[in-house]
Amino acid sequence: MSGAEKIAVKVTEIVPLNDLVTRFKFERVDGGLLPTFSGGAHTVVEMQDGDITRLNPYSLMSDPMDQTAYTISVRRDDEGRGGSLFMHTRVALGDEMVISYPVNLFSLDLRAKKHLFVAGGIGITPFMAQIKQLERFNGHWELHYACRTPALGTYGDELRAHHPNETRIYYDDQDQRINLADLLEGQPLGTHVYVCGPKGMIEWVRNTAQADGWPREAIHYEEFLAPKPGKPFEVKLAVSNKVIQVGEQESLLEAMEREGVDAPYLCRGGACGQCETSVIDYAGNFIHRDHWLDDAEHDSGEKIMPCVSRFEGKTLVLDR
Amino acid sequence: MSKFTFPESIRSRPVYGTLAPRAGSAHLFVADAHGAEAILDVATPEIMAKGHIIYLPKGEGFGDKLRALNPASFYAGPSFAAAEARLHRMLKDAKMGLQVYLAGTEGLMGQAQLAATDAGIPHTAIQTEHRGSTARRMQCVHCKGITEDVEIDPFQCSHCGLNLFVRDHYSRRLAAYQAVCIDAEDPGNVPASKGIYE
Repeated sequence: MSGAEKIAVKVTEIVPLNDLVTRFKFERVDGGLLPTFSGGAHTVVEMQDGDITRLNPYSLMSDPMDQTAYTISVRRDDEGRGGSLFMHTRVALGDEMVISYPVNLFSLDLRAKKHLFVAGGIGITPFMAQIKQLERFNGHWELHYACRTPALGTYGDELRAHHPNETRIYYDDQDQRINLADLLEGQPLGTHVYVCGPKGMIEWVRNTAQADGWPREAIHYEEFLAPKPGKPFEVKLAVSNKVIQVGEQESLLEAMEREGVDAPYLCRGGACGQCETSVIDYAGNFIHRDHWLDDAEHDSGEKIMPCVSRFEGKTLVLDR
Repeated sequence: MSKFTFPESIRSRPVYGTLAPRAGSAHLFVADAHGAEAILDVATPEIMAKGHIIYLPKGEGFGDKLRALNPASFYAGPSFAAAEARLHRMLKDAKMGLQVYLAGTEGLMGQAQLAATDAGIPHTAIQTEHRGSTARRMQCVHCKGITEDVEIDPFQCSHCGLNLFVRDHYSRRLAAYQAVCIDAEDPGNVPASKGIYE
């Protein structure tokens, strides 16, 4: 079986938080305890949408030591491929679902003397669990959280009420901006910075920190990409001896799964490297979207990440 | 003759590079003896404007040349122990963006790196360049005592007196190589000592 091991759960709480974000709580169907996890971990939620199985990763945001339930917060994306809309419109209290064991691609570096969190929008969710983890150990942390408006500032009030000294919130509609240069410049030696938010924000923090001489090992970021639609294409899977069609709205990984090919994955968002696949032959162009392979590997035509990347052309033969 | 090419060894053995200028909010140099040459090679006026040098001459005369680089601060002292309190203080007050450059003997670089990693800098972010003596800082695995500046193999532990074999197993936590009794099975049967790299 591919991906992390699965857990059967039921939905025990659905709380709409604002116009965009709804929180879901999962408990085990068999009443048992869930595994503990570490702050920053995600779970892949399976959604049975008619004939289509949607698999979306969501950051766990509950207390990592609380084994009675997991909670996730889902931001509705009306332009997306339907996973978050399914969660918002089709999932009801008491529904049974399947989620994966937690996988962490965004863990705290516990050697850090101080943890500096930079969040944008729904990027706040992994930090909710990391903050709970650090609070248990009396960790030293600080959060800078940018969101559009106070109404859309998910968990802003809660964070400010519980951690008034550690939390600073910036509202776009009030023209408030994180002064990143000043923020990074004053940090004591041993600080690690963690960023989760839109692509532009991640690039901004990474580039600014690196230019200021921050070690690469002290800069952490998480960005899961949603598979983007594109032109349909045909793939030959050499090991499975199948020729399959990848539709406009599905990813290469999803097409393989639809055809019964057991392909590995963990994040389904171009970040973890688990689905890396060798290319045996091709005539055409790759549309690489992952941030796992480096530029040279993208140019080599020897590898593809089927969770987010696509192909345009005549022939594509994969070692799968 | 201050450069030496170490033979290939096990993964535990530290590998040293060549200092290169990096962007940073401040630059801390710690060097002993011929390590000064590595600082002279990498120094630029821009770096030295925010540069701090801790130097242990150990009888070498590079002090004036280093001072002529006009670093923001300069300290010369007789031993690592003498400089240690100053080094810890500088690291404690430092901000992210500090670049650390270590040059000279393995014992000096290892101990300065330990201070820097304790202060929160990932060891992979610290630059090192070996210059001068190839003497090693060795820990006796039996009595745990540390003998500085070991140049021969086998050698006698300066604490417990056992005859010790020089190994390439290195501990970053101790900033020392490990030394193991060479005549435990047959006391007194000790091969003649020779230079570690002979």
